[in-house]
Amino acid sequence: MRLTQGQFSFLPDLTDSEISLQIDYALSQGWAIGIEYTNDPHPRNTYWTMWGTPMFDLKDAAGIMMELTACRKARKNTYIKLVAFDANKGFESVRMSFLTNRPDVEPGFELVRTEGPGRQVGYTIRSYATEKPDEHRYEAR
Amino acid sequence: MNKITNEKITDMKVRYKSGVLKYRQMGYWEPDYVPKDTDILAVFRITPQDGVDPIEAAAAVAGESSTATWTVVWTDRLTDSEYYRAKAYRVDPVPGTEGQWFAYIAYDLDLFEEGSIANLTASIIGNVFGFKPLKALRLEDMRIPAHYLKTFQGPATGIVVERERMNCFGRPLLGATMKPKLGLSGRNYGRVVYEALRGGLDFTKDDENINSQPFMHWRDRFLYCMEAVNKAQAETGEIKGTYLNVTAATMEEMYERAEFAKSLGSIIVMIDLVIGYTAIQSMAKWARRNDMILHLHRAGHSTYTRQKNHGVSFRVIAKWMRMAGVDHIHAGTVVGKLEGDPRVVAGIYDTCRETFVPKNLEHGIFFDQPWASLKKMMPVASGGIHAGQMHQLIDHLGEDVVLQFGGGTIGHPMGIESGAIANRVALECMIKARNEGRDIVREGPEILLAAAKWCTPLRAALDTWRDVTFDYASTDSVDYVPTPTASA
Repeated sequence: MRLTQGQFSFLPDLTDSEISLQIDYALSQGWAIGIEYTNDPHPRNTYWTMWGTPMFDLKDAAGIMMELTACRKARKNTYIKLVAFDANKGFESVRMSFLTNRPDVEPGFELVRTEGPGRQVGYTIRSYATEKPDEHRYEAR
Repeated sequence: MNKITNEKITDMKVRYKSGVLKYRQMGYWEPDYVPKDTDILAVFRITPQDGVDPIEAAAAVAGESSTATWTVVWTDRLTDSEYYRAKAYRVDPVPGTEGQWFAYIAYDLDLFEEGSIANLTASIIGNVFGFKPLKALRLEDMRIPAHYLKTFQGPATGIVVERERMNCFGRPLLGATMKPKLGLSGRNYGRVVYEALRGGLDFTKDDENINSQPFMHWRDRFLYCMEAVNKAQAETGEIKGTYLNVTAATMEEMYERAEFAKSLGSIIVMIDLVIGYTAIQSMAKWARRNDMILHLHRAGHSTYTRQKNHGVSFRVIAKWMRMAGVDHIHAGTVVGKLEGDPRVVAGIYDTCRETFVPKNLEHGIFFDQPWASLKKMMPVASGGIHAGQMHQLIDHLGEDVVLQFGGGTIGHPMGIESGAIANRVALECMIKARNEGRDIVREGPEILLAAAKWCTPLRAALDTWRDVTFDYASTDSVDYVPTPTASA
């Protein structure tokens, strides 16, 4: 499957220079940028692991690209995304979020049905990726 | 007309002698009045009957929407009547329109029950719209003071929290209304929902008149739709929603439907404007208690919002709905099939989304409006829009909006899923280009064509709808136009 979370998942994967342009846009808006990764992209897995804290007050994209490269190297075969945070009143939330990396094989999700009374079915979405424990889960960050 | 007889009468013996006085003699015209920060202000477009003085007409509107009746009553003297009287304080001719005036009226906060749209509207638009000395009357805009706003819940969820729940940031959300509007069985209906969501839309939507008809009862629809939502979520890894319309004949029935939607795991329910202000406020409270996004379809509004001389402007309805507490409201597309002058729509979108809306006559906004931290309401653009207009839609409507392509998804020549893909690809490539600093208004068509080279569904959508536009003059437009200055 192709996970379609984030702003640009229906486009061909962004190149590094395209990623840099998006970072430039976020920085021009005064937003901070964080790098997050996971191997369990369940739609309700809100808290991916942070690759360090979000980076504030940066002037250009180079610093973030360096961190992204380091994250890619250390966390091969995971999903990685960039997240932009807006601290302005009225938002104070995420303003951008897009994938920069995918695992070679995207395992996807099983839809588990639990049949109940009155034709009601309880649906559970289960990540195939969680069948085995995450090798990095208990590592020091 | 003798000038003396127009003055406000201050001699109490004369003022309260039984009989009929002019409204301005009774004290409803106060040209020197300075509105208090706590006053509720309204501006009406008045069209007096021939021979009726516009100031007297404005005073009459103030009177009839507050304390007055047609004749003097001594029981006024048992009250602090000066305080309760609404005061017309300014009358301006409508630029370029003979026989119409804008009348500004101030109402004291104590005239209204806290947290009640029903009470507010019973005064402001209660009796006065049928008043004989006026040919027509339109409520153009209101200023609601923060003091009064704070007695309302406001949107149950709001734009920021909706996005956090949806895990969707940095682009408009995409939706589609299921078509045909009427006649699909629950099973067939769920198929359309599934294909559209799987293809890349965030939301699908019941239409305003889908309730519980013989061809599809509501429980059946809810069950099939939620299967579709869950399947699409598992296949894409995204959060999806379908606006389950819980509109029904009674509150009890609406609560039952909403509870069922919640028990099935739906993140959103929907109501129609025709259920009435009190029912809307009740559903907003329910939605806040139950972590549910509340979508409002503005069914029926054009009966009183569209004509410029009579009724209530939609910017006022949008304001009331943000106070009442809905999360989504249909607010115009500019380029689609339904009424929507670009500057009027801009004023309405600001009213939905901004934390402070400054006075802007060129957008139909007559007053500064602070929103006192009431959450932001997501505008929904729906009706006759398609992927080929993506650059214009983003330019006019911005990022915090749900773009709903109903026919533009379901009518795609390669099928519903392809229709959804075309819309999502058009959206993503345009947001990407905008962020990269490209001028999407000018370069939009070529950006779409470039994406269509690798995306066949987008190619087909552009080929099918390329030349579809709805180019008619708007009925509801603004009266103030930008004036070129000497230096410009």
